[in-house]
Amino acid sequence: MAKSKSAYSVPGKIGKIERHIIVVWVDNEAGVLARIAGLFSGRGYNIESLAVAEVDKKKHISRITIVTEGTPQVIEQINLQLKKLVPVHKVADFKRGEKDILFRELAMFKILGNSKKLEKVKKICKKFNPVILDKTNKSVVIQVTALRAEIDKLAIDLKSLGLISTSRTGAVAMTKGSRIFN
Amino acid sequence: MPKLLSGAEIVFKALEDQKVEYIFGYPGGAVLPIYDELKNHKSIKHILARHEQGAGHSAEGYARSSGKPGVLLVTSGPGATNAVTALTDAYMDSIPLVCISGQVPTHLIGTDAFQECDTTGITRPCTKHNWLIKDVNDLSRILHLAFEVATTGRPGPVLVDIPKDIQFKKGKYKFFKNTLKKKLNGKATHKISNSELDKFINLIKQSSKPIFYTGGGVINSGPEASKHLRELVSLTGFPITSTLQGLGAYPGDDPQFLGMLGMHGTYEANNAMHDCDLMINIGARFDDRITGKVDEFSPGSKKIHVDIDPSSIGKNIKVDLAIISDVTTLLKSLIKRFKEKNKNFVNSNKQKTSKWWEQIGKWREKRSLNFINSDKIIKPQHAVQRLYELTKNQDTFITTEVGQHQMWAAQHYKFNKPNRWMTSGGLGTMGYGLPAAIGVQIANPGKLVVDIAGEASVLMTMQEMSTAVQYRLPIKIFILNNEYMGMVRQWQELLHEKNYSESYTAALPDFVKLAESYGCVGIRAKTPNELDEKIKEMISVDRPVIFDCVVDKAENCFPMIPSGKPHNQMILGPEEEEEISDEGKVLV
Repeated sequence: MAKSKSAYSVPGKIGKIERHIIVVWVDNEAGVLARIAGLFSGRGYNIESLAVAEVDKKKHISRITIVTEGTPQVIEQINLQLKKLVPVHKVADFKRGEKDILFRELAMFKILGNSKKLEKVKKICKKFNPVILDKTNKSVVIQVTALRAEIDKLAIDLKSLGLISTSRTGAVAMTKGSRIFN
Repeated sequence: MPKLLSGAEIVFKALEDQKVEYIFGYPGGAVLPIYDELKNHKSIKHILARHEQGAGHSAEGYARSSGKPGVLLVTSGPGATNAVTALTDAYMDSIPLVCISGQVPTHLIGTDAFQECDTTGITRPCTKHNWLIKDVNDLSRILHLAFEVATTGRPGPVLVDIPKDIQFKKGKYKFFKNTLKKKLNGKATHKISNSELDKFINLIKQSSKPIFYTGGGVINSGPEASKHLRELVSLTGFPITSTLQGLGAYPGDDPQFLGMLGMHGTYEANNAMHDCDLMINIGARFDDRITGKVDEFSPGSKKIHVDIDPSSIGKNIKVDLAIISDVTTLLKSLIKRFKEKNKNFVNSNKQKTSKWWEQIGKWREKRSLNFINSDKIIKPQHAVQRLYELTKNQDTFITTEVGQHQMWAAQHYKFNKPNRWMTSGGLGTMGYGLPAAIGVQIANPGKLVVDIAGEASVLMTMQEMSTAVQYRLPIKIFILNNEYMGMVRQWQELLHEKNYSESYTAALPDFVKLAESYGCVGIRAKTPNELDEKIKEMISVDRPVIFDCVVDKAENCFPMIPSGKPHNQMILGPEEEEEISDEGKVLV
C-alpha cells in the first residue's frame, strides 16, 4: 500500500476496548434521539444497541439505554459529550459485567414446526422466562427475557427447530438493591 | 391580559431585551415578516452582507472583538446552508453566535417545498443546540434560551429556525432569564476547592522546568482573564507560550513570552513544551496542531489543565490535575491563595529555574523566525513585520484568512491586548478574514482593522467588499499575493515531489482595479523600497483599501513540526528540507 499523505497525524497507541452500558435521561422532545445518535456517529463511536422510551409522562423524560464499545478514553468522552447536550439531564455509565447492575433484553421468536418440535422449543427457552404469545397448530411466537449473549445463543439453537423470525430490543439496565442512578 | 405580538415582533423584542445592536444577514422569502418588522426597531441596525457565509463570519468578527454574541439572520434553504460554514467555524473556535433562520410555513415542512431544507438537521452537529419553533408561544422563551446557551460555559453557535407562519402568528412575549440554571451544557458548576488550589500551587513550587501554555479560553473569559494571567506569569517568573487563538492574552513582546507554539510555532516554545517538567494549560485544548504525535508529547512533564468544558479534559492528552473552571474565576482564586503563602516567590525561585531559562536562551539563539530578506523582492514575513512596526502605535485589530499568510501574521505580528486577533483556527476557513474584518470594524468604529490575507483565500469572500463600501467601513485588506495557495504549494514542494497540482491561480484579477470597481481604494506594492510608504498610505486612507502586496512566490513558512512528530523535531528552514522522510510525509 502506498504511504498515506493525509494531512493528519498518525494514530497513537490504542487502549483496551471495553463494553459499556450508558443510560441517558433526556427531555422527550423532537429530534432528541437524532442528537444522541448523531453525536455517536459524528464522533465515530459505536452503538451496539439502543433502547428508548418515555419513563416520566408528566415531565416528558425519556430514558435511553445505549450499549457501546470503546477504549476507556472514548467511553469517558461519550459520557462527557452526552452531558453537554442541552436536553440531557443525567448520564450513568456501567461496565459490562458489573455485579450490582441488572441487564435484560427482550426477544420474540416465531417458530414453525409440529407440536413435537415446539415442545423442544419450550424446553430450550425454559430458563429465560418464556411466554407463549401466539400459537397455532404449525407455529408459535415465544417471548423470552435474558442477557444479550443468552439470546444470541438461543437464536442459534432455535435455528434448527424452525426459527423463521427474530425481533429483539436493545438492553435495558437497572441497579440492584435500593440504590438508584444519580 | 398581556398584549399579543406577532412572531416577528417577538424576535425583535427579544433582541432588544438581549441588548443586540447589530444583526448581520440577508433577506429571503421565508424571513420577510422579520425583515418587515426591522423598520420599527431603531436600536437594532442590520448589516446587509453579500452572502450568508460572509454575514456569519462578520458576526464572528463582531463577537470576537467585542465579547458580545454575534447575531445572524438568514432565510430558509440556501440561506441556512450558506451559513453552515460560519456556524461550524464558530463551533470549532468557541465563538458565541445566535443564528435566526426562516423556514417554510409549518404546513409545508416535509413536503420538499421551495427553499425548504432540514435546517435543524443540517446544523445539529455544528451548533451547541438548535430549535425548530412549532408554537409562537415558545418563541420568546427559546430565543432567550438561545442567547444563554450561546454565551454560557464554552461559548458557541446556536440556531433558531422559525417557520414563516409562526412569524405572522400572535403570541405572548416574556423575558426569560437564566432558564438553564444548573443544567450541565458544558457549564462549569464546579466550585474550586482549596485543596485543588494547593495541589496547583505545590506543582508550581516543585517545578524547575515549568511552562504556561495558554489558549483561546483566556480570551473567551474576558479581558479580566488576561490581566490575571499577566499577574500570575509575573508572580511565578515562568515562561509562557500561547496557541494561535490565545495570542494577545499575554504581551507578544514580553521577555517571558516564548512566542506561539505548535506546528509553525517557535523553536523555543516547542522545545520548552517537550522538555518541561510542568505544563500549565490554561484554556487550551491540546489540539493536534499543538501536540503533534501524542505518544511523544511532552513525555516528562506533569500536566495541569484548566478548561471550562469538561469534555476537553483528557480528550487528547491525559493530565495530572484537571480543573473545570472559567479562566478568570480560577486565576483570581489561585493568585489570591498563591500570594497568601508565597511572598516574593519570583526571587526565591529564581535559582531553581535559572538552568531552564538558560536552556530557553539557547533555543532562542536559533532565531527560528528568521528568514533571508531581499532588497529586490518583498518577502512576506518582511511585509508583516513592516505592517506591525507601522501600526503598533495604534490600537490595531488583525483578522486573517487561512494559510501561510496566517502563520506569518501569527509569528511576526506581536499582540499586546486580547480581542485584537481574529483568525479561523479550528476549522481553518479560507475566506474568513475579510467578512470578519467587517464585523470587527462595526464593533470598533474608528479603530484600524487589517485583514492580513492571501490572494486565494480572499477571493472566496471578496464580494463582501461591497458590504464594506456600503457601510463606509474603512477595513484594510492586506493581501500577501504570491499567486499560489501558498500552504498547499509548500506541502506539495516538501512532500509531493514539487508536483504543484492545482495550487497555482492562473487568472487572478487585478486587485487594484478590483478595488476601484467596488468603489474602494487599491494600492499595490512591488518592491521592498516602496513598501513602507504604501503601507502608510493604506493606513492614512479613511476608506476601505485592497492592498496588493506582491511577494516572493516561493517562500515557505518555517519553522515547522510535521504533525505526528514530537515537538523537539522541528524543521527550522529551507536548509533542512531534505530531511523530511517518507514517514514525515504522512504527518502534514
